[in-house]
Amino acid sequence: MATATEPRRTDIGPPSYERFLPPIIKKNYGKWKYHEILRPGVMVHVAASGDRLFTVRAASPRLLSITRIRKYADFADKYCGGHLRFTSRNNVEFLLTEEANIEPLIKDLAALGHAVGGIGNAISNIVHTQGWVHCHSAATDASGVVKAVMDDLHPYFAERTLPGKLRIALACCLNMCGAVHCSDIAILGIHRRPPRVQGGLNKICEIPNVVASCPTAAIRPANVDGQPTVEIDEDNCMFCANCFSVCPALPMADPLNDGLSIWVGGKVSNARTEPTFSKLAIPFLPNNPPRWPEVVQAVRTIVDVWANGARRFERMGEFIARIGWPRFFELTGIEFTKEHIDDYRHAGLTYKRSAQIRHGR
Amino acid sequence: MAKSGGNGTPMLDELEKGPWPSFVTQIKEAAEIKEQAQDLLKLLERSYHEKIGHWKHGGIVGVLGYGGGVIGRYNDLQSEYPSIAHFHTLRVNMPSGWFYTSEALRTICDIWERHGSGLTNMHGSTGDIILLGTSTDELEPTFKELTDNDFDLGGSGSDLRTPSCCVGPARCEWACYDTLHITNDLTHHFQDELHRPAFPYKFKIKCAGCPNDCVASIARADMSIIGTWRDDIQIDQKEVTAAAKAGLDIQKDVCARCPTQCMDWDGKQLSIDNANCVKCMHCINAMPRALQPGKDRGATILLGAKAPIVEGALLSSVLVPFIKLEPPYDELKDLIERIWEFWGEHGKNRERVGELIQRVGLGNFLEAIEIEPVPQMIAHPRENPYVFYDEYFEEGDDESEDDQ
Repeated sequence: MATATEPRRTDIGPPSYERFLPPIIKKNYGKWKYHEILRPGVMVHVAASGDRLFTVRAASPRLLSITRIRKYADFADKYCGGHLRFTSRNNVEFLLTEEANIEPLIKDLAALGHAVGGIGNAISNIVHTQGWVHCHSAATDASGVVKAVMDDLHPYFAERTLPGKLRIALACCLNMCGAVHCSDIAILGIHRRPPRVQGGLNKICEIPNVVASCPTAAIRPANVDGQPTVEIDEDNCMFCANCFSVCPALPMADPLNDGLSIWVGGKVSNARTEPTFSKLAIPFLPNNPPRWPEVVQAVRTIVDVWANGARRFERMGEFIARIGWPRFFELTGIEFTKEHIDDYRHAGLTYKRSAQIRHGR
Repeated sequence: MAKSGGNGTPMLDELEKGPWPSFVTQIKEAAEIKEQAQDLLKLLERSYHEKIGHWKHGGIVGVLGYGGGVIGRYNDLQSEYPSIAHFHTLRVNMPSGWFYTSEALRTICDIWERHGSGLTNMHGSTGDIILLGTSTDELEPTFKELTDNDFDLGGSGSDLRTPSCCVGPARCEWACYDTLHITNDLTHHFQDELHRPAFPYKFKIKCAGCPNDCVASIARADMSIIGTWRDDIQIDQKEVTAAAKAGLDIQKDVCARCPTQCMDWDGKQLSIDNANCVKCMHCINAMPRALQPGKDRGATILLGAKAPIVEGALLSSVLVPFIKLEPPYDELKDLIERIWEFWGEHGKNRERVGELIQRVGLGNFLEAIEIEPVPQMIAHPRENPYVFYDEYFEEGDDESEDDQ
């Protein structure tokens, strides 16, 4: 039909945040004076005007049904004048002006299965990726591991006080959509089997692009049964899976060899020490759904060693820098292996280049 | 429907136990109203048994006129799970700071009930609202309803990704610039770069209001904009004394933890050698009522962070030690465009800007984007003597001419 249609709207960008700010924030925007943590998961921000804004932070699985989001919306209407926000670690935050509403809101959240917590020196939500729920390159599930680990660490989210902040992140492969590489504890899915070249690769992938995608030049053009394809020098594969991202005909996932690794001591904050990468603690743990007990236990052990030994404000990496890596392996009981020693570019910078060693006890 | 009890998903049902809110419960809630969520539940249960995912990538799907914003996904067992044969993701720009009204959330939920799986991520790793799973036919109708309600798609592929920021001045006393305003402004200014991939690879911008960096910009953004100040930390001595009385060991837990040892506490008075303060935030974090960032506020701009793929992970490094950030942010936008121009010309396929800098050298990169080298950009000067000098003199050259 040739009827005139409305012009199609494109490139309008996101709606302005100003439409969604609660009145108390509009009034005191940029004029906050200080904040205090009142109890786990609850803080108050005090403005120069004297206004007080209460925040209740609740746990979220990040993967949310529209049914649950509508419940959040109902709570926002009931207690917060219809306003709420989400955090950079995927918690949901309710913003209240009435102190008396805090208790009833927390009760409603609890009835729905959402504990409040994660503020200050606590373990906040685990930033994570899609895993088997929706990702093509996952070496493990993400949501399931996170659920199992947070079930175990729940008291550290909701009740206990820790020496400092502890941030955990999970990525289900080395692509690290969750950019976990600067976390106090990072859980990282890994492949350990080189890509398997599928027949008909040349029909769906550009061979020069595939060859160029390999950072170790382990992929070469080849010809099999008269068809152009590639061959893999398996000794040079470090399982980055960049080739698979470029070419779906080079699958890496493999139930027998996929699993998880644990990394520790990274941070992004500039507080005290500079931001730094996480370092390898455990090269490989098996994929053991539905509750990944080996991963849960490993994370718990590392958290407890830190919680018992760290001084006030000390993050995982600062704690380990003070006690030294040999002591970290001793305290956690984690075996030190060849895989812990870097052998990629600039590996020499990670060797111990001094005689400063803590001998004995 | 796909409720547990029939025990069709015994492994996933295990993950409904325990105190942490369960994603399985969420998929089941969606399964009560959407068939796709039922199939997803069954397929995920199968992955849990087989220890392998069942999703494929490849092929371009999207909405008319955009090259990004939709992630194509297909399952590899389509005849068994037909309702999620296609299960594409839409990335939708979140409002800066992830603030919503209940009305806006309900609008998004209603659109997604009509056109998709009823499942979301609030939010994805880059910060977008993630609408998780729909068929190719539903993409354009979803997009129309989103734009009718003032929402638009985010980035994917080799384009600018949705910029994101911390809560900033909306609810934080430490915000050194307006993270929400600048994020919204940059997102609107660079719509073409966001929606039509024309870069060598992705480019992320994250705006953190202070050096605590609650959006992890230094690890996760190609351009990390981190708030800071250049005058003196504001001290309320009465509140310092109150913090000490309340049990904070100021010498041990504040002064001794200062990275440059620029603080002294004599039991009555806290003094700070501000010329040596590196703006780490520790003392301010420890005593929020007593200490505040200075008044001459702006940001440090750092460049180049990324995750490991391809050449190894990088943290951003300093490009501009201090910049004032006031609307319309012309100086910053001009800088961003100079970076993109050089990267667009010299970057290899799938080479992030941080990797390009590693390849050509920071010195050469600075020259190309017309920024003077300053010592704030480095941890220390080079340790190796292998300098690539561009020119050398021949016998008989007139040095004075060369200097011109």
